[in-house]
Amino acid sequence: MKVKVISRPTDEYTRERSQDLQRVFRNYDPGLRPQEKATEYVRALNAAKLEKIFARPFIGVMDDHIDSISCMAKNPNYLKGIFSGSMDGDIRFWDIASRKTVCQFSGHQGAVRGLTASTDGRTLVSCGSDCTVRLWRVPLPNGLDSVESSSSSSKLLAAYVWKNAFLAADHQWEGDLFATAGAQVDIWDHNRSQPVNSFEWGKDTVVSVRFNPAEPDVLATSASDRSITIYDLRMASPAKKVLMKTKTNAISWNPMEPMNFTAANEDCRCYSYDARKLDEAKCVHQDHVSAVMDIDYSPTGREFVTGSYDRTVRIFPYNGGHSREIFHTKRMQRVFCVKFTCDASYIVSGSDDTNLRLWKANASEQLGVLLPRERKKQEYLEAVKNRYKHLPEIKRIVRHRHLPKPIYKAASLRRTMVEAERKKEERRKAHSAPGSSSTEPFRKRRIIKEID
Amino acid sequence: MGAIQELSTLENSAAAPEQHASEELEVKAKKFLRGNGANLEVLKDKKLKGQLAVREELYGQSAKAAAKTEKWLMPTDGGYLEPEGLEKTWRIKQESIVREVDLLSSRKAFDIVLPELGPYKLDYTSNGRYMAVAGRRGHLAIIDMKTMALIKEIQVRETVRDVVFLHNELFFAAAQKKYAYIYNRDGTELHCLKEHGPPLKLQFLKNHFLLASTNKFGQLHYQDITTGEMVANFRTGLGRCNVMQVNPCNAVIGLGHNGGQLTMWKPTSGAPLVRMLCHRGPVTAVAFHTGGHLMATAGMDHKIKLWDLRKFETLRTYHGHANALDFSQRGLLAIGMGSFIQIRRDSSGDQDYSLYMTHRMAKGYQIGKVLFQSYEDVLGIGHSNGISSILVPGSGEPNFDSWVANPFENSRQRREKETHALLDKLPPETIMLDPRQIGTVKSSKKKEKPSEKEIEAEVEAAIEAAKNVKLKNKTKGRNKASKRAKKKLEGVVRAKRPFLEHQMEESKKRQRTSQEEVELPKSLQRFVRKKP
Repeated sequence: MKVKVISRPTDEYTRERSQDLQRVFRNYDPGLRPQEKATEYVRALNAAKLEKIFARPFIGVMDDHIDSISCMAKNPNYLKGIFSGSMDGDIRFWDIASRKTVCQFSGHQGAVRGLTASTDGRTLVSCGSDCTVRLWRVPLPNGLDSVESSSSSSKLLAAYVWKNAFLAADHQWEGDLFATAGAQVDIWDHNRSQPVNSFEWGKDTVVSVRFNPAEPDVLATSASDRSITIYDLRMASPAKKVLMKTKTNAISWNPMEPMNFTAANEDCRCYSYDARKLDEAKCVHQDHVSAVMDIDYSPTGREFVTGSYDRTVRIFPYNGGHSREIFHTKRMQRVFCVKFTCDASYIVSGSDDTNLRLWKANASEQLGVLLPRERKKQEYLEAVKNRYKHLPEIKRIVRHRHLPKPIYKAASLRRTMVEAERKKEERRKAHSAPGSSSTEPFRKRRIIKEID
Repeated sequence: MGAIQELSTLENSAAAPEQHASEELEVKAKKFLRGNGANLEVLKDKKLKGQLAVREELYGQSAKAAAKTEKWLMPTDGGYLEPEGLEKTWRIKQESIVREVDLLSSRKAFDIVLPELGPYKLDYTSNGRYMAVAGRRGHLAIIDMKTMALIKEIQVRETVRDVVFLHNELFFAAAQKKYAYIYNRDGTELHCLKEHGPPLKLQFLKNHFLLASTNKFGQLHYQDITTGEMVANFRTGLGRCNVMQVNPCNAVIGLGHNGGQLTMWKPTSGAPLVRMLCHRGPVTAVAFHTGGHLMATAGMDHKIKLWDLRKFETLRTYHGHANALDFSQRGLLAIGMGSFIQIRRDSSGDQDYSLYMTHRMAKGYQIGKVLFQSYEDVLGIGHSNGISSILVPGSGEPNFDSWVANPFENSRQRREKETHALLDKLPPETIMLDPRQIGTVKSSKKKEKPSEKEIEAEVEAAIEAAKNVKLKNKTKGRNKASKRAKKKLEGVVRAKRPFLEHQMEESKKRQRTSQEEVELPKSLQRFVRKKP
């Protein structure tokens, strides 16, 4: 007879000294864990609830401006810094970490409308309604030239006066050209007092301009004749144009898929386009209830942030039709500019109430360094939440956002209108001869024509 | 030439164990896959198909990784009892087993004789560390099985019918003469649960924190012990119920009744999920396999039956008048009959439980409860003259998981585990016959059949169409009115034909299904609803 029974001497299964770590034994057999799925579901539900509880996206306000913010620019070479320009001609450089002004650039006589920084982060370009383009030297972040920052005149590198007021500016991602938009699109060099090149297609004012992140010579503009135009600096004439039913306020290229850009439109929606194929939008992003004023892509290219005239900031996935997040506060007025920070974890919004606001991109994310165990736990909860996101209870909790009453009402009114339109279209189709009327897809409906 | 041949044979012999190892790995990985993957061929959405294919591959990889690490994570092998020569395992006496095993294990077999305090019931904590015993004459005690130390002993001076541990060893519930009570480890009475009535049996659903009880009026109560709320209160309507067991796989409660019926309950429905006629006489004991696919019942009709819970059919029937049944973690079945204990084992893998061990208590002892200690090779026995425990090699799971149940946990770990268990407390709605259904898609209903009116209209239209067919003008003689009328009639019959054929098929199908209903297993037939 051979016999063996389980025998566990205590000292082999427990720690020797009290300073030792507790011994852990694992057995992954599913038989030991009955009702796994139910447990995972409960965990997902709890995680969804906790996410709601910890959703505190608003970090703070930067409130030194005395007029409404009109434009902002990121410093590509310095993570913590952001520039903002206001309607009274004041330009400030902020330290996001301490939410304080690092230095001020004064000199503009009218509103600053365009602000952009060079790739090395040493030169700031501003332009505005006083028909000047000004180039400024940006102080070093480590405070080496803090002495000279007190005297503002020494920072001004150049001021170029031109024929018309400017509405927007953007610097090349690589290279030392920058573009301004106004009566036409002007291409400038840092060292020349006059534009090196000018583009015009029609007589209407150009309201925004944005360079392509991958092709340094390609830029997209939108104009008040409701068009979006794509230019190539290597060619003498504009490349492509699409005419929409409403005006586009701002454009942002997707930094990870640089052939795609998203346009923030007056009709409360954003349209993602493939620059090679402008006859149809790739995706229509809707949720705002008033004109979308500004748009900026996250450096990851997976989502973008929009600011709107309806006093909210929303975050959209790059391929999703509806926003995943909405930010609003009682005191925030119409949002004119928004920016994702270069580490994709914060959002800065500038609004009519003269304040810049700092938000977390993920409302419930824990800030600071996470321990490995904490991070693993967060990843696990994220995974189970993703797995059970279709179940009604979890879906309801994850989707719910509190909206201010005017926006809630406006949204429901918009829904009613869209629904009525759809019904009407449906009836029209039902009562017309079969095949005589076709429904145009939503992605094409707001486009008038593409012009080459 | 010869050398080359040798080389090739060498290679073959080297390749064979490798292949063998990979096959073994596949078999091991199957356990971690938790069933087959979805059939992706039927999907039309290419994007979804791609996503699911990637996910299936990930599942496969993680299952393989788990199977590979099993060797390192789970170093302990299970117990065994192997006969040599003409020995039979069921003839081996406890004394000889105790003599063979190490000193530590030999202490686990004991007999405690307490003849005055009546038949004993017992319960283990889920990690197998502690045992609660309850004598019918009011004796309650908790024993630490690792050190064999008596932690607390109280005398409640009242009939005690059952005892059960709550989520850890700090709390236990006892079914006493009029009410159920909850005590803590120090023997302090914490709660008196008056709503349960005079309870006969108690069970604790540890994932749901529900205490279930049955009483002599045949009522089943569920109480949430974290909030104190009565979750459910059902009348079984089948009389006094003294047999209750929780299915560990899905937390459904099985009740055995005096009429020979077995009913299964969940707290969210007032009607039983399943009613089955198991025995021709009162049911005396029920036990569920941990895998959830097997159930054993015993009845006064001197039968012990094994049931397949997926088809609700009898797999095997054994003879014996059993009062107590229990499945071990590794699937051994302990049967207590009178003063005699049988342990059966599924040795061949085809659910044929053959005799593995036997044990005889002193004559006159009546066994009231058998219970395997989890993570140990020990069977606890509660009988009329005290409590005993015997060694059953190969019954317990050799490798425990510290995060699931840790027999060596200290108070800090226990506290942490309690917190996690409360965070993961399942709502009562998650109790269902198939727990894997959570999160799956309800299959869409079949396409609506056309109503009778619609069929009639279709027939009419077909007939009308056949009547309106213009016949060609034929040559002389073939164009007579009678011939034309005949031809038209033929057309009408031809148009009707497919409809009639369809109708006949339908009626045949209906007959077939009604026959199938009659061919249900015997135990379920009496509940078939008769159609008018």
